[in-house]
Amino acid sequence: MPKKMKKNYLICIIAVIVGFLLLSLLFDTGILGKKSAYFNGLVVIGMFYTIIVCSLNLLTGYMGEFSLGHAGFMSIGAYASAIVTTLISDQVKLPSIVLYLIAILVGSVAAGIIGFLVGIPALRLSGDYLCIVTVAVAEIVRVVLSNFGIPAITGSATFGKSFAGIAKVSDYHYVYITMVVCIFIMYCYIRSRYGRALIAIREDRIAAAASGINVTKTKVLTFTISAFFAGTAGAIYAHYITTLVPTYFNFSKSSEFLAIVILGGSGSLTGSIVAAPILSALPQLISYVVPAFASYRMLIYAIILVVVMIFKPTGLFGGREFSLPKLLEKFTKKKATEGKE
Amino acid sequence: MAEERVPVLEIKSLGIQFGGLKAVNDVNIQIYPGELIGLIGPNGAGKTTIFNLITGIYKPTTGSYMLCGKRMNGLSTHQVVQEGIARTFQNIRLFKKMTVLDNVRVAFNKDMKSSLFQSIARTPFFWKEEEETTKKAMELLKLFKLEEFADQRAENLPYGKQRLLEIARALATDMKLLLLDEPAAGMNPVETDELKESIKMLREKFQIPILLIEHDMSLVMSICERIYVLNFGEILASGLPEEIANNKDVIEAYLGKEDEGGEADA
Repeated sequence: MPKKMKKNYLICIIAVIVGFLLLSLLFDTGILGKKSAYFNGLVVIGMFYTIIVCSLNLLTGYMGEFSLGHAGFMSIGAYASAIVTTLISDQVKLPSIVLYLIAILVGSVAAGIIGFLVGIPALRLSGDYLCIVTVAVAEIVRVVLSNFGIPAITGSATFGKSFAGIAKVSDYHYVYITMVVCIFIMYCYIRSRYGRALIAIREDRIAAAASGINVTKTKVLTFTISAFFAGTAGAIYAHYITTLVPTYFNFSKSSEFLAIVILGGSGSLTGSIVAAPILSALPQLISYVVPAFASYRMLIYAIILVVVMIFKPTGLFGGREFSLPKLLEKFTKKKATEGKE
Repeated sequence: MAEERVPVLEIKSLGIQFGGLKAVNDVNIQIYPGELIGLIGPNGAGKTTIFNLITGIYKPTTGSYMLCGKRMNGLSTHQVVQEGIARTFQNIRLFKKMTVLDNVRVAFNKDMKSSLFQSIARTPFFWKEEEETTKKAMELLKLFKLEEFADQRAENLPYGKQRLLEIARALATDMKLLLLDEPAAGMNPVETDELKESIKMLREKFQIPILLIEHDMSLVMSICERIYVLNFGEILASGLPEEIANNKDVIEAYLGKEDEGGEADA
């Protein structure tokens, strides 16, 4: 590993730890008192939104294909993980961390497999056509979940149309670490030969093929990874909210994810990381702090979207990445020159 | 020509039909090691279509083609590249938003070994391979005097440099045969000279055979060893540059029938 990279990684690791400590300062010391649980929830929502928005950004920003069906993959992750953990916790009592890990694993893998199966035929298409297919897949999943009850195996939970009594194991400590790991994996994927091939395909499919890149394979791989992390987000959601309703994962949810990607800047992971918590948690926070605003929540959301699209059509970050090490470098350089003067 | 040698590329009665139109019909071309072959013809003669057939973008309706004796029909584009045919495009197709360096590094992708897991876990092997690839890519850029632009976006390069970058990217695929599709199109005389030097340098350094489509006759006549002339999808004539320049049919195809064809090098 090059020396400079080592330094950059160290800075990022420190930043991640500082973030973790800040969160635990907020929630574990009880500064917030009664409101603690509420803010806790907001943070978890912000974090699973970050994961799914980043995963969608892989498709939209880096592969250049739109998916309007990510809520579908999310619901697969949510339902699959919820079924498994409910079955398990009926049989044995597992510590919450183990149950959480099982949930994440099952949810991600299930969504990944479905993503792979959908990807093989669908990724021969591109552009509008692929977009329609993703919408269709998400709708199929939603309709299946709302109409076919999964037979109740145990008495403790009612499977099927809505699904209640899921273990609440999505603790923000775990979720925070999951989010960091997910983002790291996606970042490494993009900054590798796979990511280069992916961006080349976005830029020019024919030239990419003429440079020896297997276009279909790269696309299917990326689609699978994207669905995988959508499943992760679904698993976190299921074990935070504890009750699943199929209609939550509808078309407007998918388009909300896409809106956040574009607002943050498609092709910028940091853009998604900044935009996702703001657009998912902030409207709720506003309505909580100023209850009079509650009914204007979606209005504010729409205004933010319109304003950003007018003044910054490429999104907040416009395809660029924010880099903490680079920022620090700038600061230290400034200080050094100031010191000389 | 030493006919006993195995041709690098052998095209046998290759043809493709779009509906009722025979865009390419019964084309035979042989390219031997180290040769620089010109492919000329009026606009719409089917030159680029032949390139698209060879690189697997179109599937031929008749005939076949072999690379070093290996049948290549039916392979998809990236497989063709893996077998060793690299090409550039008539209308430049660079990865515009990527850096100049990354444009070349992408083409090394097919020879890179690091797995998905190794890439994500950032194993030492991954770093070593990345470093090696960067080094190889920089060497290629240096050949074309592009190293100072390495960190710039490809779209910001001047036109002539974009052409050269496309050739550099094609070379990165480690090919046995290079197809250049009108590399001098839209270039000013200075850039054309630069290109000519680059092609000469390529031949000396890599000794790869090149199939060149070009409209700039002075360029074709001065560097090509043999020339094929294509008209309405069929080979009209082939031979040494001088033969082609004096061939009646060729002059007719370019200038029309009534002309006596005084300007043979037009």
